[in-house]
Amino acid sequence: MKQRKRILLIGLGALVGLLALPTVAWAAPLMQEGHGGGGGSVFALIPLIIFIPVIGLLINLAFGKHLGETWVGVVAIAASTGAFVIALLQFFGLQGVDYHAQIIPFADWITIGKLSIPWAFQIDTLSVTMMLVVTGVGTLIHIYAVGYMHGDVRHNGDPARFPRFFVYLNLFLAAMLILVTGNNYLMMFVGWEGVGVCSFLLIGFWFEKGAKQVGNARAARKAFVANRVGDWAMLMAMFLIFWQFGTLNFHEVFEQAEELHAKHEVAEIHTYSELFGLDSAEEGHGEATHTETAGAGEHGGEEAKMLGIVITSIALLLLIGATGKSAQIPLFVWLPDAMAGPTPVSALIHAATMVTAGIYMITRSNALFHLAPLAGETVAIVGAATALFAATIAVAQFDIKKVLAYSTISQLGFMIAAVGLGGYVAGMFHLITHAFFKALLFLSSGSVIHAMEHGEHATHETAHAHGGGGHAAHDDHGHGDEHGEAHDDHGHAAADAHAFDPQDMRNMGGLWAKLPITKWVYLIGAIALAGLPPFAGFFSKDEILLDAFNDNNYLVLTMLVIAAFFTAFYMTRQVLMVFFGKARTDAAKHAAESPLVMTIPLMILAALSILGGGLNLPGVHSLSDWLGHTIEGHAVAEFNPTLAIFATTVAVIAIILSFLIYRAKPNTVEEADPLEKMLGPLFTWLKDKWYIDELYDLIILRPYGWLSQASAIIDWNVWHDFFHDSVLANTFRGGAHLLAYGVDLGFIDGIANWLARVAKGIAGAFGKLQAGYVRGYALGVFLGVVMVLGYFLIAR
Amino acid sequence: MLTAVPTSYYVALSAILFSLGVAGVLLRRNAIIIFMSVELMLNSANLLFVAFARQFQTASSIINPAAMSGQVFVFFVMTVAAAEVAVGLALIVTIFRHKKSIDVDDINQLKG
Repeated sequence: MKQRKRILLIGLGALVGLLALPTVAWAAPLMQEGHGGGGGSVFALIPLIIFIPVIGLLINLAFGKHLGETWVGVVAIAASTGAFVIALLQFFGLQGVDYHAQIIPFADWITIGKLSIPWAFQIDTLSVTMMLVVTGVGTLIHIYAVGYMHGDVRHNGDPARFPRFFVYLNLFLAAMLILVTGNNYLMMFVGWEGVGVCSFLLIGFWFEKGAKQVGNARAARKAFVANRVGDWAMLMAMFLIFWQFGTLNFHEVFEQAEELHAKHEVAEIHTYSELFGLDSAEEGHGEATHTETAGAGEHGGEEAKMLGIVITSIALLLLIGATGKSAQIPLFVWLPDAMAGPTPVSALIHAATMVTAGIYMITRSNALFHLAPLAGETVAIVGAATALFAATIAVAQFDIKKVLAYSTISQLGFMIAAVGLGGYVAGMFHLITHAFFKALLFLSSGSVIHAMEHGEHATHETAHAHGGGGHAAHDDHGHGDEHGEAHDDHGHAAADAHAFDPQDMRNMGGLWAKLPITKWVYLIGAIALAGLPPFAGFFSKDEILLDAFNDNNYLVLTMLVIAAFFTAFYMTRQVLMVFFGKARTDAAKHAAESPLVMTIPLMILAALSILGGGLNLPGVHSLSDWLGHTIEGHAVAEFNPTLAIFATTVAVIAIILSFLIYRAKPNTVEEADPLEKMLGPLFTWLKDKWYIDELYDLIILRPYGWLSQASAIIDWNVWHDFFHDSVLANTFRGGAHLLAYGVDLGFIDGIANWLARVAKGIAGAFGKLQAGYVRGYALGVFLGVVMVLGYFLIAR
Repeated sequence: MLTAVPTSYYVALSAILFSLGVAGVLLRRNAIIIFMSVELMLNSANLLFVAFARQFQTASSIINPAAMSGQVFVFFVMTVAAAEVAVGLALIVTIFRHKKSIDVDDINQLKG
């Protein structure tokens, strides 16, 4: 009963958000009369897309404690829905202006000499696509989170956490929307950093949990630091862009880039030796290109080559920025640990939206990448390598969220590979479908975890029912055991009941009958991810493979196909381990389905995962046409049935293989994985994630630790003990001594004392004259008079 | 009119009186004698005043107020001397009460 009321209220919140805004939209044109005309006025609403979530977060920040869970949820959802409505209005607005990019200036931000950075909004098909994904998926996840976070409050004994979570979520939405709506690199960077902060806050949401009570906080820190590395590269890229183009505004930079391209003033850099100027034999190449076209002299060739080097450097630095945010080799290590955050966060930030910022950024900068073929190739190879690498790791994970985390890295690799190959539409298409099915999978896994926790809770209730009910600490056992430490997922779950891990797939099994809704949506998500037709993943993945194929980039194609094979394999393994076989723990036996507030968003996402492929069906190319208004010169690749059949066959083979291995009897915690029996040490290698964390620990963290220890020793022994204590202090003391005793006492006091002594001596001498004998004085006076008179007598 | 005594005689007498006064002040120890010697010096000066006044003064008139100034000065000196005697004798009496002596060599406490 109460449950139904909650859902009604939340639905009401969503409706308020949906309805309040068309009114504004309708009223807005009246105010904007003559300001572009037609549909132009809808664009004036764009700042609201950021301010609505900000208002939502402010309300929850100020009154969250008094509102109660339901109303906090309503406010957050209304804010998110409001932003979605604005995004929808932009979508329709763009149709009214023939899909021309709109730039809506909102405020001046920085104006220093030549540098002018406004806070302006870029509305074109690309940014609107991102807005729709972010706010649409975001709204569903907000709704889900109301149900998911419900148990969290009492578990932590801290009611402020529930509103805090939604404050963070709304803040994230605002930051992410700044990222995708900004019309210059610096505004994008503001959002880029904003989502980084939100990611940090939300990964560390249960900061007191995790290994040794600091695991989650460490995971948050790791994400933040790894992202900093990428941010450094972003800043460098921005500096170079400003140095080269004199502006950071997207349209100006890209216009200039296209002009340069049209005039063939940029030498294309194809190899790293060219980039670093090692290959002097290649020098003639740039010249040749130039003389052919413009007929300029040697000097022009040099200039073109230099320009090529600068632009390639910009593109490569942007790539490094993308590897940080989008978790690619070599900066992906933070994403698996980021699973320490609550599951809605994993779904929203670490699967659907934030991590796709890198793909958006590269797609946005396509004009630059167009001029830098070397950077494009590098991007494609990094993406494909990440896709393959992460997929192999996902095969051997036992934590349900870790599998999905590595899967996310792998799928992001697909997208990065696509944009690297110039398949921007394919990349964006996969971004959208991935947002649907990966959000679905994460949320479903959250539902599974939720169910397992309830099962565990129920088990304890029965165990303690006749024990006098003394186990109060366990009564409100919510979730929050989601740990972020890289090495604590094996062995520790077997220890005792208190260390029960609701995320370990080895503890699950037989949930098929227990979770009537979750099982179907999970299956849909898994199939979409595995890429079987006609689900969304099939179409978007196929387009990426097609781009690699048409580009004759067989290295990338091979890696992606193998990655797709592993994807199908690990998803089948996961579904079998979670839902099939017998329940392997008491918790799994007592698992119960999650409330409707959680499952309804799942059903919507499942529908999107099934139908998402319809966005860009072969032959129709609606998304290609739509994005084509922003991304120029992108050739639409025609559907290749051979390749599609080949890819599907690979996926089916993987599914069958996985089915044969895991169908018989999925293992419990104590037993070895069936695959481990076949692969042996290779499986351990994969399970331990190629020891990348250990490698980083060895080559970066430990030397860093040593360096800081050495620095500390130098600091303490040399700097502090020797330099400060001995050299500085003694010098100072000596100087002070010299001043005090030498200068002050010796010289200044000496002068004063000498003056005093002289005065005293004189006084003493004159004092003797005053003998006290009056007749003596009289004699003195007499003699004086005689002398004066004598003077007058003699002198005159 | 008989021949007047020449002024130089007065000057010589005055010098002798003054020298006697000086000698008395410097040589005697009795405070009262010293006092009297001081009076002697003052009066030697007075003698000189009137002597020179007689020799150099012009006829007195309303137009010349400086007439008789030598004699007038003498009265001033005598007045000041009288005042001085009053104060000086009072001091001497007080000192005598204090020290049972008026020997100036005994009054030597104020010294450097």
